[in-house]
Amino acid sequence: MRQYANVITAYAIMIVLIILVGIFQSWNVALSILNFCLISAVMTMGANIQWGYAGLINFGIMGYTALGGLAAVLVSVAPVQEAWAVGGLQMIICVGIIAGIVFSIRYVLRKIEKSKKRNYLIAVIIIIGLILLRVIAGPATEHIEAVNPAKTGFLGGLGMPILFSWIVGAFFAGGLAYIVGKVALGLRADYLAIATLLISEIVIAIIKHEDWLSRGVKNVIGLKRPVPYEVDLQSSSWFIDLVEKFHSGKLQLINSLAERQDVLNQLVIDASSVYVKLCLAGLFLIVVIILLIITQKALYSPWGRMMRAIRDNDEAANAMGKNVVKEHLLIFILGSAVVGIAGAMMVTHDGLFTPGSYRPMRYTFLIWVMVIVGGSGNNFGAILGGFAVWFLWIEAAPIALFLINFFTSHLPETNALKIHLIDSAPYFRFLTMGIGLLLIMRYRPKGILPEKIIKH
Amino acid sequence: MDFINAIILLLNYIIVPALSYGSQLALGAIFVTLIYGILRFANFATGDMMSFGTMFAVLLTWYFQSLGISLGVLPTALLTIPFAIIMMILYMLIVDKLVFRYYRIKKSPPVQLAMVSIGVLFVTQAIVRIIIGPFDRRFFDGERFILKANEFKEMTGLNEGLSIKSTQVITIVITVIVVSMLFWFLNKTRTGKSMRAYSDNEDLALLSGIDPNRVVMITWVIAGALATIGGVLYGLDKSFKPFVYFNNMLPIFAAAIVGGIGNPFGAFLGGYVIAFAEIFITYAYKKFFMYLLPESLEPDSLMQLLSTDYKFAVSFSILVIVLLFRPTGIFKGKVL
Repeated sequence: MRQYANVITAYAIMIVLIILVGIFQSWNVALSILNFCLISAVMTMGANIQWGYAGLINFGIMGYTALGGLAAVLVSVAPVQEAWAVGGLQMIICVGIIAGIVFSIRYVLRKIEKSKKRNYLIAVIIIIGLILLRVIAGPATEHIEAVNPAKTGFLGGLGMPILFSWIVGAFFAGGLAYIVGKVALGLRADYLAIATLLISEIVIAIIKHEDWLSRGVKNVIGLKRPVPYEVDLQSSSWFIDLVEKFHSGKLQLINSLAERQDVLNQLVIDASSVYVKLCLAGLFLIVVIILLIITQKALYSPWGRMMRAIRDNDEAANAMGKNVVKEHLLIFILGSAVVGIAGAMMVTHDGLFTPGSYRPMRYTFLIWVMVIVGGSGNNFGAILGGFAVWFLWIEAAPIALFLINFFTSHLPETNALKIHLIDSAPYFRFLTMGIGLLLIMRYRPKGILPEKIIKH
Repeated sequence: MDFINAIILLLNYIIVPALSYGSQLALGAIFVTLIYGILRFANFATGDMMSFGTMFAVLLTWYFQSLGISLGVLPTALLTIPFAIIMMILYMLIVDKLVFRYYRIKKSPPVQLAMVSIGVLFVTQAIVRIIIGPFDRRFFDGERFILKANEFKEMTGLNEGLSIKSTQVITIVITVIVVSMLFWFLNKTRTGKSMRAYSDNEDLALLSGIDPNRVVMITWVIAGALATIGGVLYGLDKSFKPFVYFNNMLPIFAAAIVGGIGNPFGAFLGGYVIAFAEIFITYAYKKFFMYLLPESLEPDSLMQLLSTDYKFAVSFSILVIVLLFRPTGIFKGKVL
């Protein structure tokens, strides 16, 4: 028990902080912080699998998150029949062509020896393939995007419950990670960081500009939720009764019937959004717990020991007969798949997919701050990092505003410096993150909860 | 005549813009490569350091304008560059002392320094946004064009106009001056040679009595100057917006790696490789072919290889291809 004392303390502090937000700001804010903390925790676990277990640096987290979000759209939106009618077939043919290019290149690579001729052959295959794609896909995308562009203008999805997308998102992200890993994993650490960062930017560029796929920057809104809607809750009698019972003491103090009804209505509206967020939090918590159990088991299994051995000395591990390249690829795929789940969860939570909002600061570098601050190589640390950093990220601006007001309280309201500082309060979150990261890296380089090696 | 028109078209829309954009990238890429070669880490705060230096140039330009100081036809910002460079160098030396020095002395692995540079990235971005805000700022003044399109048409009687912005010429001229000074410094002076020796083999350089602290300080001084100049030139040509500067980090990294990281000359050329590739591949050649081909063969489509939305993606794809087939870059840099 003693060895877990710091873990328990850290989590207790975190929960108390969120409860304090609930008491002083509102339960709505507290729960949305909690939800995003849980999502961040999943992302951080993904990054931690790669960095903490295997020492692989992945600055492409943004790309995998976006792919998870894309999966949510493609799974849950109902198919657009007219769009399929005008361009669906061509698009399927295009997928076939891409597969054809890939397999013919693989065939050439395998059958023909390394020579100039082989290079030319590959170049010819790629050029012919691209021209074919252009000829077939060009008109088809135009037709698809012309189908009711204000509302659809894309192929739509499968029309299945959005929860499936959490798994599909993992497969999407894992698939991308397979390609990236094949290409880039041989690179030295900092080159790998740059390469993955740039590849994730390419992924975002494609999602942003291929309107036939997911409407691009026009966004997809109104995705179906796995939990009830506020409006339905507000009109269902069992929910109103529940709220009435819950607040009965408070309601009895009000004498006038009309007034009591008003207060009750307000309470029901507040309670409905809290209820929805609680449901989502429950779903997210299940994912976090399942992932935590799996990753803990993996970390302390023979496989986890092998990964640590590869991380700490890959040459020695190689000499012991471990296939370092294969294991690196595997762990790169697994970690990215977990990030993909988080991406799908986030779109499920928001109910909308906005490719324009995927920026490396928020989705790559912030997640890395979480991993480093929490403690790489320790799953509890990774989750704690997700919680603590997200909490600070959200609460830094209000805290900064409070501090600015406190320190400039002697200045008049019209003071230019004061106004300027108050206007720039949101940017103090970057400052907090940066200074936090630098301090942790300097004075506690293993993170808040350092990696623990259990000796057998 | 049509042939000349086609050439002018290419000059106007591809070559002149690519030369000036390439110069801006080249300065940034040399910055990255110097830090990588001598301090041995990938600096993820590159874009924000550039915006930090440019911020001072913008603020000073406003101050000078309010005092009524100007350079006539040239932008006032040129006058502010030396002051901005001094502020920038001060900032970099402070950051080095507070942050990077500790890890350098501890001989931390490059990855850890790269992580630390992310902390610096956050802090620098916050400082810039707190001081000047996240908005788009234009600080160009003076004469906008050297050659206007319709003036050129009148002069030559051609169908196609050629317009040359003064900022483009300023960019190219200043880049050429700065880069030749840098190469002279690195190749001819004693300090420059000691820097190259330090970059090549640290232990050997220390043995021959080179003072590492001095080398590191001079690297930050030169890097600060380059970053500020590159940032100001980009801001004059387009506009100053912190987020755009942050994003520019990516093509700059691409340029540095394509040229061979750790090799300043490679970085210089890499900037142009990236700029030309981006513009060549995303330009619509329809008009160009209309001049060259007989009427019966004229193309219907835009003759564009990729839409301009994928401008950044082009440079990143080039980078990925280079990393795959020639990981040391086109001009041999440090071996991976």
